[in-house]
Amino acid sequence: MAAKKTTQKKTEKKSYELFDKTTQAFIYNRQVAATQRMLDFDYVSDRETPSVAAIINPTGKDGLEKFFFGPKEILIPVFKSMKDAAKKHKNVDVMISFASFRSAPKSVEEAFEIKQLKTIVVIAEGVPERRMKELIAKAKKLDRVIIGPATVGGIQAGAFKIGNTAGTIDNIIESKLGRPGSVGFVSKSGGLSNEAYNIIARNTDGLYEGIAIGGDMYPGSTLMDHLMRYEKNPKVKMLVCLGEVGGVDEYNIVEALDKKKIKKPLVMWVTGTCAKAFKTDVQFGHAGAKADAEAETADAKNKALKKAGAIVPNSFDDYALKINQTYKKLVKNGKIKPGPEPVAPIMPADYAKAMKAGEIRKPSSFISTISDERGEELFYGDMAISDVFKKDIGLGGVLSILWFKKLMPRYACKFIENVLMVVADHGPAVSGAHNTIVATRAGKDLISSLVSGLLCIGPRFGGAIDGAAQMFSSAYDRGLTPQEFIDEMKAKGVNIQGIGHRVKSVHNPDMRVTVMKNYVKKNFKKSPLLDYALEVEKLTTSKRDNLILNVDGVIGICFADMLRNEFPKNVADEYINMGALNGLFVLGRSIGFMGHHMDQKRLKQPMYRHPWDDILYMKE
Amino acid sequence: MAQKAIREADGKKMMARLLKDYTGGKYPVKDRYITIGPETDMKKLPNKYKWLLKEKLVVKPDQLIKRRGKSKLLLLNTDWKEAEKWIKARMSKKVTVGKTTGILDHFIVEPFIPHEQKDEYYFAITSVLEGDLVLFYHEGGVDVGDIDAKATKMLVPVGEMPTAAEFEKKLVAKAPKDRKKMLAEFFEGMYKFYADLNFAYLEINPVVVVGKDVYPLDLAAKLDDTARFVSGKKWGDVEFPSPFGRIRTPEEEYIDMLDGKTGSSLKLTVLNPEGRIWTMVAGGGASVIYADTITDLGFMDEMANYGEYSGNPNEEFTYLYAKTILDLMTQKPNKKGKYLIVGGGIANFTDVAKTFTGIIRALREYGDRLKKQNVKIYVRRGGPNYAAGLKNIGALKEEIGLDIEVYGPETHMTNIVSMALKGGK
Repeated sequence: MAAKKTTQKKTEKKSYELFDKTTQAFIYNRQVAATQRMLDFDYVSDRETPSVAAIINPTGKDGLEKFFFGPKEILIPVFKSMKDAAKKHKNVDVMISFASFRSAPKSVEEAFEIKQLKTIVVIAEGVPERRMKELIAKAKKLDRVIIGPATVGGIQAGAFKIGNTAGTIDNIIESKLGRPGSVGFVSKSGGLSNEAYNIIARNTDGLYEGIAIGGDMYPGSTLMDHLMRYEKNPKVKMLVCLGEVGGVDEYNIVEALDKKKIKKPLVMWVTGTCAKAFKTDVQFGHAGAKADAEAETADAKNKALKKAGAIVPNSFDDYALKINQTYKKLVKNGKIKPGPEPVAPIMPADYAKAMKAGEIRKPSSFISTISDERGEELFYGDMAISDVFKKDIGLGGVLSILWFKKLMPRYACKFIENVLMVVADHGPAVSGAHNTIVATRAGKDLISSLVSGLLCIGPRFGGAIDGAAQMFSSAYDRGLTPQEFIDEMKAKGVNIQGIGHRVKSVHNPDMRVTVMKNYVKKNFKKSPLLDYALEVEKLTTSKRDNLILNVDGVIGICFADMLRNEFPKNVADEYINMGALNGLFVLGRSIGFMGHHMDQKRLKQPMYRHPWDDILYMKE
Repeated sequence: MAQKAIREADGKKMMARLLKDYTGGKYPVKDRYITIGPETDMKKLPNKYKWLLKEKLVVKPDQLIKRRGKSKLLLLNTDWKEAEKWIKARMSKKVTVGKTTGILDHFIVEPFIPHEQKDEYYFAITSVLEGDLVLFYHEGGVDVGDIDAKATKMLVPVGEMPTAAEFEKKLVAKAPKDRKKMLAEFFEGMYKFYADLNFAYLEINPVVVVGKDVYPLDLAAKLDDTARFVSGKKWGDVEFPSPFGRIRTPEEEYIDMLDGKTGSSLKLTVLNPEGRIWTMVAGGGASVIYADTITDLGFMDEMANYGEYSGNPNEEFTYLYAKTILDLMTQKPNKKGKYLIVGGGIANFTDVAKTFTGIIRALREYGDRLKKQNVKIYVRRGGPNYAAGLKNIGALKEEIGLDIEVYGPETHMTNIVSMALKGGK
């Protein structure tokens, strides 16, 4: 920003000025990108106040929305009602409506009700003509200016920019729109207006103001209306205009030239000379661009304008040349004194854009390596979700990728699924299931009831899987014989995790264990930990019949075998230390817990209160 | 989206259906209008419309053709047998009206209303900025002459609904005394009908009065198609036919369909499929200027198409649009080679790199055909992300060997046209 700053004061605008450096607007409908572009323009134009005072969001709620104003962030109020906004922001005199063609007329009517809103911009294309004519007639009565519909808006260089006019900030700087020049421009087309600003920047001292009136049959304000404003404005030294085939607005300009109402040099071209090439009527891109009579053709208009004294090129190809020649003449006559080019404040680069362009870098706060949802398809590791199904990798495959970052062979994935199936439930009496049931009966929801059960999982419940895997692999790795292992545990006074069952025994084997054991024997390349554990079991069961390798033990130990088959030992151990086995139990048993929750709900079970007689009340 | 002409039969059917709602039931128009297209089974018609065999008939093409009488495209006071023969002799045949040649494919058949020349009047309403201009002349018919000079004009200011008394005083003063009131009442209803249905233009020439009835003999009308969401229900199943002499190609209809599906704009008119200069231009305004420049440089006859894409269409739509044009332009090789102008001004908010990805995809797909047919491609564009967009499209030269030149905002918008056509003649 400039070092010395004079405060920009709001002064009474002349009748020919719609905007100045203090003009503030309401944006009707939440248009984040367009609003930010206006504020970016404000910054490079060295404005002190943002050009958007408030956003009207008729379908939302009152509130605040964050935007950038140069390097700073500011809050712009959001109002549901335009009237409320106007009450709070009495200086606002421009309303820019981004409402759709259906609701744009309503937004204009609303602005009519508010006296301070002198200039109303309608962006939407496709407003019914009859409706628009009503609005135009009413605007005239109420002394308001409408720009549009079907327009991008307009810009007063260095002062005020409507919506998306002139595009991005790079273009605004390149086309020198951050400071005023001497050229007043008006066109129908919004797209071409931006092109014209580029031409004007390259061939003159720059744009003073440019308006795109929009391509509709009945624009709220006409080419002529804006040219007359420029004619009256002493800061505008030359006029540049782009007309279009269709309509007769250009003849008002011819008349104004004839009657010397327009005295400033006017470079003008009417587009649509190609219409004669077409054998039948062609509707061009703009609704109004259709010649119904000879006088409405581009050729006839260009001819009439030239005759009346406008500077008319031979084709659009030498439009720039004519503009340049006219400008040079004005400089030569001393009517324009080109000033030094001010340095535009440097616009802080937009983070997302700079990042995309590879201009800046930043360490990320998070890192993730197992899945990616950003592309067209969701990926689990390297596998697109469609392949997950095409290759039928099953739940075990998905778990394998997401937990262990690789798709393990089918035998391993199947084993994971087997484990989940085996641990899915173990009746209502175990502590976790019981807790789930009690919570459910206390009226809690599914997640609360589930979590209440899951929180029981630990060293005594479910934790044996983890413990068994750790104990057996540690003993095996240290080269202890099964007897040495048993002796060591005995000396420590610790039970061997995964050994022993309340009722099952050598003669009454646990089918779950049998199933798992058989699967491993049949499908694993090798299973040294299981073999080791079975040796241990031989010794323990020789002492007592029920000291068998139980289901927790067989799962934990076999899982460790599987990991060691698929990963280096240290990686396999790390997964076990991370709690992968616990995780497997949590995952599997959640199925059962949720089942119990639903079961209780289905049975409409009432609140459970534990009976007194089941509690021993006593004092120590 | 704009004012669009409708078929005479559709306009008259609308009158038959709705006018009575605006006249308090007076001056009803009977729905005795039949549209006959190429698919119509004419043998079945007399069964469905009993009056066909009872009444004397009028037959004429219904394809937005002006002055049909003068071009002998009118059969009056005939019977169904003759009418059928007359239509069969003309259906799907080429005719030239004025300078325009086209194929006849739609006819309207209606009862012949016997009347005298003095019973004919001219009536029209046309939309102007200040409101609507109502025109009346106490003589009507094909020979009415310079109606702009002759007619009584009455401006109905925006938002007003004149009464029959006003029409009687200001519009129909020159009509015969005994018919003033009924004409005024009819026009009052017609104006309400016109306004409520969002017509932009409505001409009945002549309006014929026989006894107590009023008949619209010849009708031409345009609807403001942006008002479909307001009046669409009342319009019913209305069609907006192409101007006579223009046959919509399947590609044009396809682009129309895409256009209807997106909030953006996609337009295509094939002017000369054998032409060597094809354009794919962004922006309603810029596209006209490119076509102008081709015309201004004298290549009017080689201009193959007019079209535009704008309003930030997404990649898929841009791709489909580009593909359609590339497909059309490579259907028949031309020894002299062809040109493709991928033009545009400096976009306000369209992401150039993004829209170009669709065009690039299509160019890749048609790369071999484009090379084989010596298509030289010129690109000029500016706007958000233009540098990246130009770089990507320019890379096709190296990548797949397309003959492509790429320019940005530093080059005047239409210069690529003269670059392309220099020595191209």
